[in-house]
Amino acid sequence: MISASLSMLPAAIINGLMYGAIYALVALGLTLIYGVLHIINFAHGAMLMLALYAAFFLFHLFSIDPYFSILIVTPCAGIFGYIIYRYGIGPLAKGKDQNILLITLGLSIIIENSALFFFSGDQQTVNLSYGFEAFDLGFMYLSYPKVISFFAALFMCAVLWAAMSLTDMGRAIRAVAKERQGARLVGINVEHIFAVTFGIGIACLGAAGCMMLPIFYVDPYTGNIFVLVAFTIVVLGGMGSVVGALVGGFIIGITESVGGLLLGESLGQIGISLIFILILIFRPTGLFGSKV
Amino acid sequence: MMSNFRSHLSFLLLGALGLIILPYFITSRFYIDVLTLIFFTAYLGQSWNILGGYAGQFSFGGVMFFGTGAYVSSILLTTFGFPPIFGIFLAILGGAILGLIVGYMSFRSGLRGSYFALITLAFAELLRVLANSVEFTGGGVGLFLTYAPGLSNLQFESPVGFYYFALILMFISIAIVYWLESSRFGAQLVAIRENEDAAEALGIDTLRCKIYAIMIMGAMGGAAGTFYSQKYLYLDPPIAYSIHLSVEMLLVTIVGGMGTIFGPLVGAFVLHTVNEIARHFIDTPGLSLIVYGLILIIIIGYLPNGLIGAFKKKEKKSESSSLDKNQSREEP
Repeated sequence: MISASLSMLPAAIINGLMYGAIYALVALGLTLIYGVLHIINFAHGAMLMLALYAAFFLFHLFSIDPYFSILIVTPCAGIFGYIIYRYGIGPLAKGKDQNILLITLGLSIIIENSALFFFSGDQQTVNLSYGFEAFDLGFMYLSYPKVISFFAALFMCAVLWAAMSLTDMGRAIRAVAKERQGARLVGINVEHIFAVTFGIGIACLGAAGCMMLPIFYVDPYTGNIFVLVAFTIVVLGGMGSVVGALVGGFIIGITESVGGLLLGESLGQIGISLIFILILIFRPTGLFGSKV
Repeated sequence: MMSNFRSHLSFLLLGALGLIILPYFITSRFYIDVLTLIFFTAYLGQSWNILGGYAGQFSFGGVMFFGTGAYVSSILLTTFGFPPIFGIFLAILGGAILGLIVGYMSFRSGLRGSYFALITLAFAELLRVLANSVEFTGGGVGLFLTYAPGLSNLQFESPVGFYYFALILMFISIAIVYWLESSRFGAQLVAIRENEDAAEALGIDTLRCKIYAIMIMGAMGGAAGTFYSQKYLYLDPPIAYSIHLSVEMLLVTIVGGMGTIFGPLVGAFVLHTVNEIARHFIDTPGLSLIVYGLILIIIIGYLPNGLIGAFKKKEKKSESSSLDKNQSREEP
């Protein structure tokens, strides 16, 4: 039993890496929002679920390939995020940390149950023509969608990093993250930047949702699964750290698949909440506890 | 607040008496069940209120005490035939011990604000996974309790029995918070809520106070677990550690008014009424929760002191309402 598990270890690690890249993208949105706005978006999972549904309906109604949908869903998610922060969360929260936590909690309840109301509780999946084709690595098969999603997620992370370092908007965002009063003094519209950052964070979810759909399912509760996963990655990597989100994503992806292999399907899930608790208690700044 | 409470005491006793004799006038099983549920939710909300409303430590995993208490008394009953009327005290003890562990671990490492909220969520999730994986909880299949009405089993033939069970729990919770409001300990909790560093500087042992508060919450949640499992006779990990109950606890308290004696009761009454009305018109899954979410956001945005706070403001408009200090965001 143990030796059989061990022989499957490399496969589990590679699988974990594949998922880890997508988790990283989800966590990147969360960590970016935290790094700049210093708020915790509890509705992150629910919004990811919406992105999955968007990709699902684009495929189901218009036969648009989920990977192509990235180009549609990502900007739409960004605009959605901008509006919901600028005209919803921002004005309502009045700058208090716990208010934002509770408002985004309320938002997640609304989104989740609206999805239940409109889309029913059934699990939905897509069948892609290439969904069952796989690369033969010798010791394991790796399906095309997993590989495509892996590289697409890494590519998106790179794009985000480049945008943050090279564009004017990225510079403004980093300025606000570092010193919001100073940024305001040099003429940056801080409220606008906050909303843009929130929008970018949600846009990450849009892309991640499209990448996850071919290898996952969607139902109104999908988001719940990823809330704790995303928070764990962000806390593990360090709130606000981009590198941390990537590394954390890989660590959590591997922990999950190796944990599932060694401890079984049910107990294997324990790894994530355990890591979360231990990190919060012993090193709340995370592995790379720097600001954006 | 205190004198206010005392002056209304006769009025309150009358209200309590009304609730006690109410079942003699209501014959509809439906209304009895709804009222039972309101008292139960108000009771759980009150447990959240002690830590969240008075001490200012928001937990997102309050259900863990409920679930643990439910498992303690149910396992004692199914495995050893231990009568729940005594089991409930071990459930209370179990909840308090869990509170001690969680509180010690998270408060000692200085977790505040959102971090504390998230770590309680993680603890609840951890316990859910554990309960799902080990043998003695019945795993994913769950635990079935046998129906054997009798006081020693805390089971009742008529729903009125559970009505009084829930009513007693709620009365006890109100008594606890009433005591809190007049005690030194309660004042220390409020000091921690308003400004933890200042409280610490004044010589308040904030760690000890917060741990006591979460232990009281845990003890109360434990009793609620026994109530639930004896009423519904079934328990599985998704029920015992459901995030929805964690949310409901904080929801009724915030809607009614955090840090007030009757906030959780008012909130539970309003939300359950809204729920029943919504269900009366459109009975589809999810709708009432959408309304809950909207109410939560509206309350946070416009009535930060809840419904009770809104009434109070009307009563004494002259008094400045900016009591809530604009605390800066917490860093870990």
